[in-house]
Amino acid sequence: MLTFEPYGNPTYFALLGVALLPLMIGLLYGKRSRLYETLISIFFLVLTFGGAKWTQGVALIIYILYEVGLTWGYAVYRKKHNSGPFFYLLVLLAIAPLTIVKVTPAVENGQASLIGFLGISYLTFRAVQTIMEIRDGAIKNYNVMTFLQFMLFFPTISSGPIDRYRRFEADYRSVPDREKYLGMLQKGVRYLFVGFMYKFILAYYFGTILMPKLQLMAIHSRGGFLDISWPLVGYMYAYSADLFFDFAGYSLFAVGTSYIMGIGTPMNFKQPWRSPNIKDFWNRWHITLSFWFRDFIYMRLVFWFMKHKVFKKPTTTANVTYIINMLIMGFWHGVTWFYITYGLFHGVALVINDMWLRYKKKHRESVPHNWFTQIFAIFLTGNLVCFSFLIFSGILDKVWF
Amino acid sequence: MDIKGTVLNILNDLTGSDVSGAMDDNLFDSGIMDSMASVQLLLSLQSELGINVPVSEFERSEWDTPNKIIAKVESLA
Repeated sequence: MLTFEPYGNPTYFALLGVALLPLMIGLLYGKRSRLYETLISIFFLVLTFGGAKWTQGVALIIYILYEVGLTWGYAVYRKKHNSGPFFYLLVLLAIAPLTIVKVTPAVENGQASLIGFLGISYLTFRAVQTIMEIRDGAIKNYNVMTFLQFMLFFPTISSGPIDRYRRFEADYRSVPDREKYLGMLQKGVRYLFVGFMYKFILAYYFGTILMPKLQLMAIHSRGGFLDISWPLVGYMYAYSADLFFDFAGYSLFAVGTSYIMGIGTPMNFKQPWRSPNIKDFWNRWHITLSFWFRDFIYMRLVFWFMKHKVFKKPTTTANVTYIINMLIMGFWHGVTWFYITYGLFHGVALVINDMWLRYKKKHRESVPHNWFTQIFAIFLTGNLVCFSFLIFSGILDKVWF
Repeated sequence: MDIKGTVLNILNDLTGSDVSGAMDDNLFDSGIMDSMASVQLLLSLQSELGINVPVSEFERSEWDTPNKIIAKVESLA
């Protein structure tokens, strides 16, 4: 049987077009067929997790049953009780499978865990936020079927964007009126075509043509200070371009497909290369991930630290939490020295960024602000980010060790 | 003191700038507020007005100008 990488080849898109057509006609006439949506969801899930990848399919089914059990059980429990330790236990249980999948390669010599499957991270983010919002009382009417649709929504299952339960539910339970839907359709189709350009032309050029050559040259040009060479610098930019166009391209496919299905999945990128500082960069790069970290790790930790008066100064609280937050993001990418260093780098960068912003606020008159400083800030931020991606790429692991 | 005055006081203490002259300016876009300041705001609302807002309910787009914050707090009081 055939298996497909989501959005991987023309056949996938052809199937997508055929499958979405009846749905589009339905939405244009103000109708949403849950049955049809469920059927095509199952069809595309089987395409992704069936055939040669059936072990992943089994892992997915067991994982989903496990997370449904946890969230459903917690929603029932939360109606009557609200114990802190029980909530923490539940969050730990919800992230346990992902933790096992992430730690296994580090302790088993790079071997992947049996319980892993494509997209387990993104499903875990969705499950954990659901549990947290049930705790806060923000999700009052947890519904198993909606949760399943939310988790298994096929356009975003493999790599996000990470939607929110309440936002998804509101879209899923309603039908956009014709004018609004035509707007979504137009945007959706445009996103798909921009996605083609990003992923199949630009990412192909940088990632498949340029990067392997530069990597070879970088490894041959070792020697000198920290083995840094011009090809390595070139690799840094090519890798950054590939990372951006590949992931932004994928995200456009996922958002575009969602729009065509009448679901307003949030965007993942917002012109990240024009950020004037690192803090702003994280409002523009892999937005649904960084906002997830902001809302479910950073803000909650800050809240807890401040409520329990752990640190004297608010700035210390903010700084410590930045480092913790970004270290967790590093660990999430994988338990290797370069992912963790990447997280630490961004944590420290955010701390320094905040110090600078505070300094600038205090000395507003003496710090110049004009088009030149703006361009310089954008240039500096872009290069810092590219350098962090050089760490992230793992090429230093090959060049150095 | 009324809610409006209390909220403005909290915001002024928090941001170190007087926001009462720009009630519809986006506080996040201009960098006056960030996640840290949001949490401080929620804690101040709790201690000064007894209003509990869980972090889950802090949808940034609903809290991004002084006017919106006041309206939000009034609806919760």
